[in-house]
Amino acid sequence: MKKVFERPKSMYPVSTHYCPGCGHGIVHRLIAETIDELGILERTVGVAPVGCSVLLYNYLNCDMYEAAHGRAPAIATGCKRVHPELVVFTYQGDGDLASIGTAEIIHAAARGEKITTIFINNAIYGMTGGQMAPTTLIGQKTTTSPFGRTSKDTGYPLRVSEILATIDGAAYVERVAVNDPKNVMRAKKAIKKAFKTQMKDLGFSLVEVLSQCPTPWRMSPRDAIKWVEEKMMPYYPLGEFKSPKREG
Amino acid sequence: MGKKTLMTGNEAIAEAAVQAGCRHFFGYPITPQSEIPEYLSKRFPEVGGCFLQAESEIASIYMVFGAAGAGARVMTSSSSPGISLMQEGISYISAAELPCVIVNVMRGGPGLGGIQPSQSDYFQATKGGGHGDYHVLVLAPSTVQEAADLMMEAFDLADKYRNPVMILGDGFLGQMIEPVEFKHMSSTDRPARDWTITGAKGRAQNVVKSLYLKPDVLEQHNLGLHRKYQKMIKNERRVEAYLTEDAQIIIVAFGMAARIAKTAIKILREKDIKAGLVRPITLFPFPYQTLERVAEKVDNLLVVEMNLGQMIEDVKLGVCGKAEVHFYGRVGGMVPNYDEIVADVEKIVKESR
Amino acid sequence: MKAPFYEDIILAGFGGQGIMFIGKLLIHSAMKEGRDVTWIPSYGPEMRGGTANCTVVISDEAIGSPVITSPHSLIVMNNPSLDAFEPRLKEGGVLVMNSSLITHKAKRKNISVIGVPANEIASEIGDKRVANMVMLGAYVGHTKTVSKEKILEGLRGLLGEEKRKLFEVNKKAFEKGMEFGKV
Repeated sequence: MKKVFERPKSMYPVSTHYCPGCGHGIVHRLIAETIDELGILERTVGVAPVGCSVLLYNYLNCDMYEAAHGRAPAIATGCKRVHPELVVFTYQGDGDLASIGTAEIIHAAARGEKITTIFINNAIYGMTGGQMAPTTLIGQKTTTSPFGRTSKDTGYPLRVSEILATIDGAAYVERVAVNDPKNVMRAKKAIKKAFKTQMKDLGFSLVEVLSQCPTPWRMSPRDAIKWVEEKMMPYYPLGEFKSPKREG
Repeated sequence: MGKKTLMTGNEAIAEAAVQAGCRHFFGYPITPQSEIPEYLSKRFPEVGGCFLQAESEIASIYMVFGAAGAGARVMTSSSSPGISLMQEGISYISAAELPCVIVNVMRGGPGLGGIQPSQSDYFQATKGGGHGDYHVLVLAPSTVQEAADLMMEAFDLADKYRNPVMILGDGFLGQMIEPVEFKHMSSTDRPARDWTITGAKGRAQNVVKSLYLKPDVLEQHNLGLHRKYQKMIKNERRVEAYLTEDAQIIIVAFGMAARIAKTAIKILREKDIKAGLVRPITLFPFPYQTLERVAEKVDNLLVVEMNLGQMIEDVKLGVCGKAEVHFYGRVGGMVPNYDEIVADVEKIVKESR
Repeated sequence: MKAPFYEDIILAGFGGQGIMFIGKLLIHSAMKEGRDVTWIPSYGPEMRGGTANCTVVISDEAIGSPVITSPHSLIVMNNPSLDAFEPRLKEGGVLVMNSSLITHKAKRKNISVIGVPANEIASEIGDKRVANMVMLGAYVGHTKTVSKEKILEGLRGLLGEEKRKLFEVNKKAFEKGMEFGKV
């Protein structure tokens, strides 16, 4: 019988610890498929963040670091400066990248650091139990904004892709989602493009992924998927904010 | 080189790093150590090194984490407030057992404090600084020559123990000029590093990490680190004993304070007071045994520090009640005055008669 | 037995008067005579226009404290430096002061005072910037801490290739100062 679907070689044959309906597992797989298709498993290095995906190295079998909260871009920089021939990516959540690690991500982009960042935006702190994130939407209830986020007290959600796209060192910035098969395919394309941007030495690349986080959102997986489309996408529009210039 | 040249302590530390084979530096400017990054930003291009000025001390220490994890001989340097910012990273580096060298050219604190020399980071350097049960190996040079020598050795010690090594100096050591000669290094060979991040080619995945969610596993990890620190304690204690043989009173001081104490001892001996000096060179591991031995022969020790009494706690642990331990310290960038040390010693000697 | 040589000096003036430079020249020269040396600066914002000072120690033996409470010698080039450091000079010490700029009087009676019109001498030579070398010359002429040959050797080294053309005028200033100091 012809095999039409199989586990990527870059993934361990284990099931993940993520909640039903979580987007992390999908994105992990997209990264693994990208690594396989580009044939770069032996020279790819990942940097896992603090958050639910801290155990990323239990699922991907490339060399990996585990970073402190927010510091993945600095660690990736240190690694890339020692081994420019490696393909180095960070995997970061919204609390990690858009709150505690804003300085690191902005300056990695400003330096045009030849690394790739996969940024998971699910508008909440997942692992610590559903607290407000820098990307939490106005009105969204979390355990630290129990009456809904108000701009009066806590300001406005950060649009990271739009910010980073203004930086000259950022070569490629795109926002995607993994809420339906079509968007998953687009996300895959974007991730692959981001890795290729790095491999062509064009500069910093980032893919922001709108991802569902049903448990802390207190929703069923089905409702979570709907929420991504109805609530997140209007504030965080999908699309390419910075396109890599061709070499030379 | 094999020839004496005049250099500031900061320059000598930077050049020693180059000679020891260090080719990666990540740091952020701060007085009074900025001459280290300045020197390396010029020198590294000559030897194919990577100098990168980071956006903060926090980023610097994690770039060090990344580079050390990738197998590079790597360093950073800063001064007190910047070293405070690095403490999180130093804890992570210690936990992940990565070799690197961190230079702290101390200035007065707390807070923004001042920019003049100080030894107020003794506790921070020797007792942790960051969170968790860990130790950094701490070397305290007192001359520009010793700063260069210890800097070169620091990289080997870091490799030997897969542990951060800190060079703890003060603003004066960084800024002062003295003759220095760079010892010829027979080789900059390093121990095998099969754990580093190089891409999983022909081998299983390597992971550089510090998370152990299961308490029994984390306990084992901690016990492993503890065994390593015990080895450092057994093998790496260093101390200079100066005129201690016939001494009736012992001054204990490290770094710049020890040099000032030496001048005081010279003056005291001209006045027929036999003073001697115990100068710890490693602050962790601390030479408790040396202090225990000298405490058996004298009634009084005077601890001199550029802080309000930090190392004195370790001196007391070593002396273990066998002699009186007195203290003289200056802070805020004020340095101890040898005339005042002389007066203090004379008073102690007089009162103990 | 001859006692081992030991000398310590504080040099002070406005930033930009070349105080740090003559301190460094002194240790370069003394090291060439086989002595241990230290040079320690005041550092920080005062480098940029305020008062600057440095402490130099020269010794036959390994140097203990590079920080000096009461120096044997003092070279001062402005009023604030005289006021700040004169009280600290050791009894019997040497005070070399720039009489072109210092209007205050030295108060101590138990020291040797050499007033040097360094700026006038420098102007006569044709370069106001070398007043510092006149001061150093007067100090060396009086104390003989280092030989003239070693100072000139050190000067050549410190000026390097790019500032070689300044050697002659600096040498002349130093020599004029030496004559002044010997008197």
